[in-house]
Amino acid sequence: MTPADILEALTEVRDPEIPVLNIVEMGIVRDVRLENDTVHVDITPTYTGCPAMRTIESEIVRTLQARGFQQVVVHKVFREPWTTDWMTDEAREKLRAYGIAPPPPRAEEAPDLIPLPFFVERNEPSVPCPFCGSEQTRQTSAFGSTACKALFFCEACRQPFEYFKPL
Amino acid sequence: MNLETLDTAIRPALFEYLLRLGDDALILGHRLSEWCGHGPYLEEDIALANLALDCLGHAEALLTLAGQVEGEGRTADDLAFLRDAYEFRNAQMVELPRGDFAFTIVRQFLFATYACLLYEALQQSVFEPLAGIAAKALKEMRYHLRHSREWIRCLGDGTEESHRRTQNALDELWMYTGELFEVDDTLQTLTQAHIAPDMTALYSAWNAQVMTTLQEATLTVPENPPYMATGGRRGHHTEHLGYLLAEMQFLQRAYPGAKW
Repeated sequence: MTPADILEALTEVRDPEIPVLNIVEMGIVRDVRLENDTVHVDITPTYTGCPAMRTIESEIVRTLQARGFQQVVVHKVFREPWTTDWMTDEAREKLRAYGIAPPPPRAEEAPDLIPLPFFVERNEPSVPCPFCGSEQTRQTSAFGSTACKALFFCEACRQPFEYFKPL
Repeated sequence: MNLETLDTAIRPALFEYLLRLGDDALILGHRLSEWCGHGPYLEEDIALANLALDCLGHAEALLTLAGQVEGEGRTADDLAFLRDAYEFRNAQMVELPRGDFAFTIVRQFLFATYACLLYEALQQSVFEPLAGIAAKALKEMRYHLRHSREWIRCLGDGTEESHRRTQNALDELWMYTGELFEVDDTLQTLTQAHIAPDMTALYSAWNAQVMTTLQEATLTVPENPPYMATGGRRGHHTEHLGYLLAEMQFLQRAYPGAKW
């Protein structure tokens, strides 16, 4: 097996919080090395406190052991810090189909979320609704059910939805 | 410079420094987590829980690294759950009880302003693992700063009651800010080795940023504070830390080695 095959095998590992995405297309897997009989996998957390990381680590080990690798070592690396820019276009489309508005292609250029939506003049990022595509949406909270998401509401189809924050 | 190429002579000071950074994040994270289910409204409850989680994430990364630098095989969990109060190195500011919402927000603002500047500077640390954690943590702390800064403006320049509570919180907290910028032998050693930043420059930037926001919020800092709290970095804490640890460490103390 080559590192490319190992990477292919790792596409079976899903993010438990967003099960439509695998860890490779999310950009969580940073490097795979085969040294003697040991596989080294470098992963980087999306957020430092993401509770899904432990599950992801053990799933990586389980998946590769099922392919016959007895020695699997997962390293957590912080450099370069994870950015939503590493998400593939395919991953973004999967997110949208799942009902989560994907982050814009370049996080640097994305307008900031509004910390407290009810106190300030509205000049907020336009985030298209993942359900109906309307741009008549508003932010309801900069923080959501997980560290990586914010809450929005679509005025056109009256649906609340989540937005994957640009980071 | 990484873990392998680290000079042995500098390890004790670096271990000490990483405990300070990690313990600040851990204890502040715990205080924030106490709001879970008690936030003033649902979105804010979620926001505070999110901030708490970020802090715990920073704490885990920093304490893991501390354990590696120490080289005695201690994990982040060992350091978090099996040390007593006198072994903690957090600044006293973060261990104070969560108080009312204004108190929590003022503390978060004062600390996040400091942490953003610190992590920004630490990205240039010659000790690469620390620079990496700083780069990651900075991205998250910026959210904290924007959140608490916006709140300070709303609360300070809000109703009579919100102004009073926020001003009271600032009056109470101000004497705990000095400790964040204290320089001792440990820090001096690391600054000379280009592992830690120069705190004098950091303090000037912090002061300027804090003053600008407080002015917008119509708040004033206590003039000539008679005393600045100190001691946390040497393991001297307020009585509040013991109670916090009693709750946070209960499970590991009652059932040593218990795993989730």
